[in-house]
Amino acid sequence: MFEKEYDVIVVGGGHAGAEAAAAAANMGSRTLLVTMNLQTIGQMSCNPAMGGIAKGQIVREIDALGGYSGIVTDKSVIQFKMLNKSKGPAMWSPRAQNDRMRFAEEWRLALESTPNVDFYQEMVSGLLVKGQKVVGVRTSLGLDIRAKAIVLTNGTFLNGLIHIGEKQFGGGRAGEKAATGITEQLTDFGFVSGRMKTGTPPRVDGRSLDYTKMIPQPGDAKPEKFSYLATKILTEQRDCHMTHTSALVHDLLREGFDRSPMFNGRIKSIGPRYCPSIEDKIHRFADKDAHQIFVEPEGWHTVEVYVNGFSTSLPEDVQYKALKSVVGFENVKFFRPGYAIEYDYFPPTQLKHSLETKLVDNLFFAGQINGTTGYEEAASQGLMAGINAHLKITEQEPFILKRDEAYIGVLIDDLITKGTEEPYRMFTSRAEYRTLLRQDNADLRLTPRSYKLGLASRERLERMEEKERRSKDFVSFFRNTSFSPEDINPILEELESSPVKQSDKMFKVFSRPKVTMEHMKRLAPVADYIVEHALDNEVLEQAEIQVKYSGYIAKEKNNADKLLRLENIKIPEGFDYRKLKSLSYEAREKLEAIRPVTISQASRISGVSPSDVSVLLVFLGR
Amino acid sequence: MMVNENIIALATPAGTGAIAVIRISGPDAITIVSSKFRSIGKKILKEQKSHTVHLGHIYDGPKILDKVLVTLFKAPNSYTGDHVVEISCHGSVYIQQQLIQLFLRNGCQMAKAGEFTLRAFLNGKMDLSQAEAVADLIASDSEASHQVAMQQMRGGFSLQINELRQELLNFASLIELELDFSGEDVEFADRTQFNTLLQTITGVLKNLIDSFALGNVIKNGIPVAIVGAPNVGKSTLLNALLNEDRAIVSNIPGTTRDTVEDQISIGGVNFRFIDTAGIRQTEDTVEKIGIEKSHQKIQEAALVLYLFDANTNKKKEISALQDKYPLKKILPVANKTDMVKADRLQELQDKIRGVHLLSAKQGDGLDALKKQLLTISNTGDIGKNDTIVTNNRHYDSLLKALEAIQRVKEGMQEELASDLMAIDIREALFHLGEITGAVSPDDLLGNIFSNFCIGK
Repeated sequence: MFEKEYDVIVVGGGHAGAEAAAAAANMGSRTLLVTMNLQTIGQMSCNPAMGGIAKGQIVREIDALGGYSGIVTDKSVIQFKMLNKSKGPAMWSPRAQNDRMRFAEEWRLALESTPNVDFYQEMVSGLLVKGQKVVGVRTSLGLDIRAKAIVLTNGTFLNGLIHIGEKQFGGGRAGEKAATGITEQLTDFGFVSGRMKTGTPPRVDGRSLDYTKMIPQPGDAKPEKFSYLATKILTEQRDCHMTHTSALVHDLLREGFDRSPMFNGRIKSIGPRYCPSIEDKIHRFADKDAHQIFVEPEGWHTVEVYVNGFSTSLPEDVQYKALKSVVGFENVKFFRPGYAIEYDYFPPTQLKHSLETKLVDNLFFAGQINGTTGYEEAASQGLMAGINAHLKITEQEPFILKRDEAYIGVLIDDLITKGTEEPYRMFTSRAEYRTLLRQDNADLRLTPRSYKLGLASRERLERMEEKERRSKDFVSFFRNTSFSPEDINPILEELESSPVKQSDKMFKVFSRPKVTMEHMKRLAPVADYIVEHALDNEVLEQAEIQVKYSGYIAKEKNNADKLLRLENIKIPEGFDYRKLKSLSYEAREKLEAIRPVTISQASRISGVSPSDVSVLLVFLGR
Repeated sequence: MMVNENIIALATPAGTGAIAVIRISGPDAITIVSSKFRSIGKKILKEQKSHTVHLGHIYDGPKILDKVLVTLFKAPNSYTGDHVVEISCHGSVYIQQQLIQLFLRNGCQMAKAGEFTLRAFLNGKMDLSQAEAVADLIASDSEASHQVAMQQMRGGFSLQINELRQELLNFASLIELELDFSGEDVEFADRTQFNTLLQTITGVLKNLIDSFALGNVIKNGIPVAIVGAPNVGKSTLLNALLNEDRAIVSNIPGTTRDTVEDQISIGGVNFRFIDTAGIRQTEDTVEKIGIEKSHQKIQEAALVLYLFDANTNKKKEISALQDKYPLKKILPVANKTDMVKADRLQELQDKIRGVHLLSAKQGDGLDALKKQLLTISNTGDIGKNDTIVTNNRHYDSLLKALEAIQRVKEGMQEELASDLMAIDIREALFHLGEITGAVSPDDLLGNIFSNFCIGK
């Protein structure tokens, strides 16, 4: 029924599983994707949107590395926004509303057209382990499928427990069964597991809403896209709508608090603080008498809509009564109520940077099983796990991104080094070097590395090289070309920027805070250059960023390089910290538990002081 | 820990000695010292060979700080393996501090405990068998310096920095909130309020930085130079103040050929008295050096006691001295009052404004002099005054925090994008955190989650 031995088996078909399977297969591994339901591959379990602040940057990174999330998003997008456009370029964050059903379909089609990917629908109930090494999976029907490496991407399915008011039942997602067996087996091997909680709002019938009472939230006038490849740009978009709760809505919700699993102690696990349920918001911020609600269409054609901002696990009658009092929702009809779900995760400090577990060789974890939340966070881990599973079984060095190279690097390093007690979501403020980690340069940062691995295509690399060359040349043009005061002063006057007295290089005046490419284009030599070299918007934007923010970029690069020194000093595997009496007690304990790979990683562990780091340096310094 | 930084520290034991050695190590060590050093032989320091010694002056702007010997060790042939400069200066704590501060303001950082040795190790200057010893040294040094720091922090200093850091953290959180949650219904950082906070922080940091000079004065004593013609009884006065035979006393003019200094606590305030050679024209070479030094000591002193024989009329000399040092507080003291008649004393008081009458030998007027020193130094407030910085490392952090805050202010004026401004805010937080304990990005997120309603 199956091949004698697969190279890689991916358990789970969500964002993490789908990326893992695609990456391993594209690198040449014979890959099997096993999922409980082949109809829900690439399912958007929560809101029908990809990207957002910091998350959008991750999707761009996935795309730059040759993952599919960006392409699938572009193919199913119904609205596009570049968030934070008024801030510096590091903050520009692409976000898309998607057609949920199209998104899943595009994922399925993308995987089906990937050579080396086989599919099988069944629940995996256990792992086959020989010595310290995983050699396959066992399904609920008792089938054994052999493989050299396994990637677990179980999402919220491991012992998933859904709560709606006082009712609770096993399940991994609304209408889907939970998965059992894996947690129990892993804890027997010595893994530590924990519980986390997340939630989702009700889905309702768009035909029952009065949009005239809400504020339309259109997409950008000039929509962009996620993939660096030649995917299509949106021409027509769907609006979202905004409304808000009121004191009355809050009162109605409060009536159900005694039946809320959040408040009556039934849910003990920790949910994300930045994605609180509506009952949590009105409980913790009692002085606010209104919260925003965004009504998001679930697709081009479906009438189903997602009520963003109203995540709840209150009893369904309370949800209904309260939602009916929200402006525009007076006649609302439910498709399904919101719910909370508790699931097992494994504290990610049990992993290596390659996402392979420390305890069992060739076993990789990705996504919510590692305590993260979000499609983008999951997809990026899946991609990295898929890559590293392939590298492991072909006896190559693992592929690890550093904190100054990618948000993906920050994400995985945070998980491995610090662990997480609540569902981990990416924020730009988690990155020390966010000025370097921009959505506009993910290709420049990552595509060459991925091409070298054998994942990113030749086409991808050539597009990136072309962009790099053209923008570099354009930046040199600004460095080498002078302006005359008569030409530039009228523009500076308009901007209330002090006029110049003599001619100087364009780079200098372009670096002034208020001066943009649009202003520079008004100088004839600039306009001519653009026409002559047929520069596109991407190149213009890249050159502008490299001129205007060169100081900040150089500064962060310099800071990052300083750290690199420590990054290059490796700590040997199995290093005995107990023999270093000069280390503080706390540092010794933490280092023993987390077993950092480099001095730099050691320095980020809480409880390891600079003097502990010095002590380590002395022992490993040369 | 970064090898491209230049570190500085006192290499000789802390306190007053005949000489002190300040050591600087790092890629720019020679360039930095070269820019502040003028050789007697007009040699350019950075062009000199390794393992050479040079005599000259260290300048802070136009001001000479000290006459020093500078020894160069070029990489890799130095203790640390980096470029190393050793400055042998005069041993007073005051001079040591002045020199270290000068270099901290010009690209050096205070060395952390054991950092010179650590660099030596990293640059391959020691073998592994020495590693354990070095590691223990770092551990024990950090422990000791931590304790010292903690003792210093018990004052209002840490409290004030903590409050400021917390306020800045709140604003940094608001800025991060704008950045990471701009799509949501959140409040934004009020720029006017932020500006006010930046002004407050700038003011406090500047005060603290200024107080560093004051802090040193308190720690090391207020420098008081005792000057006057030979044999007017300077050493006798010093001995009377100190109650011990510290300086050599004789009736042969010119006995004190070098300066002698010592500390005495008056009313809880430390004074550092510097006895100088008498100022007069002389052919004696040794004595000449002493006289030269006297002028140098006047430069250093916060207060000058001009001592003269009650039988002589020194009005001219006093005003000449005041003209030469217009900014110095000079207290005229008529000594040997036991040798003159009462009407002469009256005459002195009429002629010389603010003159103090004294018989150092008999002890008459000594208590009154002490009292007057306290009043003049106006340090009645110093003791209970705000907050005083006394630690070089804290001084270093304060300077860097201030720099970062200035950049934030500039950014505000230029309407810089807030994510870029956040880089400087984080840097300021980091340096304030060096004083009170580390700050990490987790701080910011934790603060956001606990204070703001986030999440759709």
